[in-house]
Amino acid sequence: MIQWFKDVWEGFWTVLVGMKITWRHLFTQKVTLQYPEEKWQLPPKSRMRLFMKYEDCIGCGQCARACPVQCIYIKADKRDPKATPIFAANGQPIKLDVTVFDIDMSLCCYCNLCTYPCPTDCIYMTPEYEFATTDLTNHLYHFAKTGAKFLTVNPKAPAKPAAPPAGAAPAAPATPKPAPPTPAPPNGGTPPAPAGA
Amino acid sequence: MDLFFRLFPEAWPDWLRVALSAAIPAVLLLTFMAVGPIVYVYAERKIAGFMQDRLGPTRVGPYGLLQTVADAIKLMFKEAIYPTGVDKKLFLIAPCLVVLGAFLAMVVIPFGGKAQVADLNVGLFYVIAVSSLSTVGLIMAGWASNNKYALFGAMRSAAQIVSYEIPAVMILLGIVMIVGSLSLQDIVLYQEGGLTHWLLFRYFPIMPIAFVIFFTAGLAECNRTPFDIPEAESELVAGFHTEYSGFFFAMFFMAEYTEMFVISSVASVLFLGGYWSPLPNHILQHIGPIGLGPLWLIAKAWFLVFVMMWLRWTLPRLRVDQLMYVAWKVLLPISMVLVVLVGGLLMIPATRNGFPWDRWVGWIFTLVIFGALIAWMAGARLSKKRRVQDLAA
Repeated sequence: MIQWFKDVWEGFWTVLVGMKITWRHLFTQKVTLQYPEEKWQLPPKSRMRLFMKYEDCIGCGQCARACPVQCIYIKADKRDPKATPIFAANGQPIKLDVTVFDIDMSLCCYCNLCTYPCPTDCIYMTPEYEFATTDLTNHLYHFAKTGAKFLTVNPKAPAKPAAPPAGAAPAAPATPKPAPPTPAPPNGGTPPAPAGA
Repeated sequence: MDLFFRLFPEAWPDWLRVALSAAIPAVLLLTFMAVGPIVYVYAERKIAGFMQDRLGPTRVGPYGLLQTVADAIKLMFKEAIYPTGVDKKLFLIAPCLVVLGAFLAMVVIPFGGKAQVADLNVGLFYVIAVSSLSTVGLIMAGWASNNKYALFGAMRSAAQIVSYEIPAVMILLGIVMIVGSLSLQDIVLYQEGGLTHWLLFRYFPIMPIAFVIFFTAGLAECNRTPFDIPEAESELVAGFHTEYSGFFFAMFFMAEYTEMFVISSVASVLFLGGYWSPLPNHILQHIGPIGLGPLWLIAKAWFLVFVMMWLRWTLPRLRVDQLMYVAWKVLLPISMVLVVLVGGLLMIPATRNGFPWDRWVGWIFTLVIFGALIAWMAGARLSKKRRVQDLAA
């Protein structure tokens, strides 16, 4: 009998305890993020849409080889050796004309493996995640630009003219390397327009 | 009804005056009942959201205010689907009957002064009888749906409502003994004169317990969580309204929320002084010639509806055996003891009008409740600050 009263009281009391908890939650800070208005700021190294800086690409195709799902398509022709020499931002001479550089983001598995072998750090992942479209072919990004402005002056001091101070040569490659996973891509964070479409 | 009857000139034929005076409250109540769920569903979703640290509906209209309007429009225009093998007549009658059961009980609720559709001298019995009508509707819906889950839900609902009506009626018996009348108007008039006269604060330890029991039983009668095994979505798809769609589904919804309001308003009529303001000497009972009675009743009823929603988002669903345990082994014995106690106390002249400490209890009780509320709110603010600090750290 006493146990029955205890049980009844406990039942009633625990209801009140539960109500207290929910009452407190009525007034707590809400965690909802109202998506289109407020956006979650992703960390700068998050792996979202791939971006390729065409002006720095030397057309080596290592990214395409590293890709486990074969979503990168590269076509490159030999560049006319008599033309003005052009360079990537870290001083690598560009000896190939990259005519096609397509990335199919609908195939991409966001593994980030393509960015490691890139000798010029021109392919990297951006924190940009809003690229839903109504047409799947819009996920095939064409990065090859016809009117790209290449560096014709090597930003890295060439080794031969600067030969006299012997210690300068090993220090040189480390200088102008751009940090690959910068939060804002070089073209101002705007989605790279599918150029060939 | 009398209120409206006198509005029309006496030169008019009697049948016209009766018809008009019956039609006006009917239309008013029907509007109140049809528009009410829009408010309740919005409130429910907002409260649910807030209690789960979400925002609830925010998209349609400012603060999502038009969300339920949009839902209602959507439900009205949806196709009503009759699955194979349904008993079409019963299938159509069932939601109407459920709505009718919830609607008819509103007839006797006194909204203030003479603003009552019908002051039946058997008001409480009428409420009990009519609210059982929805059980018939639920069983019809379950049976006609040709769906085992619907039938399970209907059977559970019937078992539950039959069980929980007994403690509720026992509590009503105590109140009827105290007041000496079954009419809801008389019960409200008995509680005139402010907070200390409310039946909740009579016979101090007895009536609060009675209120809790009546409210629990009422909660079970509206099939609300924690007593919503008739539509337990994790066991029976949606219970008795599994096969319903479109407007008929909306009618079940309407009935559920109207029943919530009816139970809450009956509870506030019985225990919380109905349309009387909590202050003595009719303070805040009128502003000039305008009576605030309906506002007080609706405020009290909506507070209880809020408590129902609060409970819904606090407690998990009971198992069937636990449900029956609560009804038959907890609520019923306590309510029977209360009936005997109240009856005995009424026999003694000294306690015929309540215990001597009753007039002091009401205020203290209210103060304690409000103090607890303020403390909780302060605690909530503190915890919010702590939370913000935790997030910042």
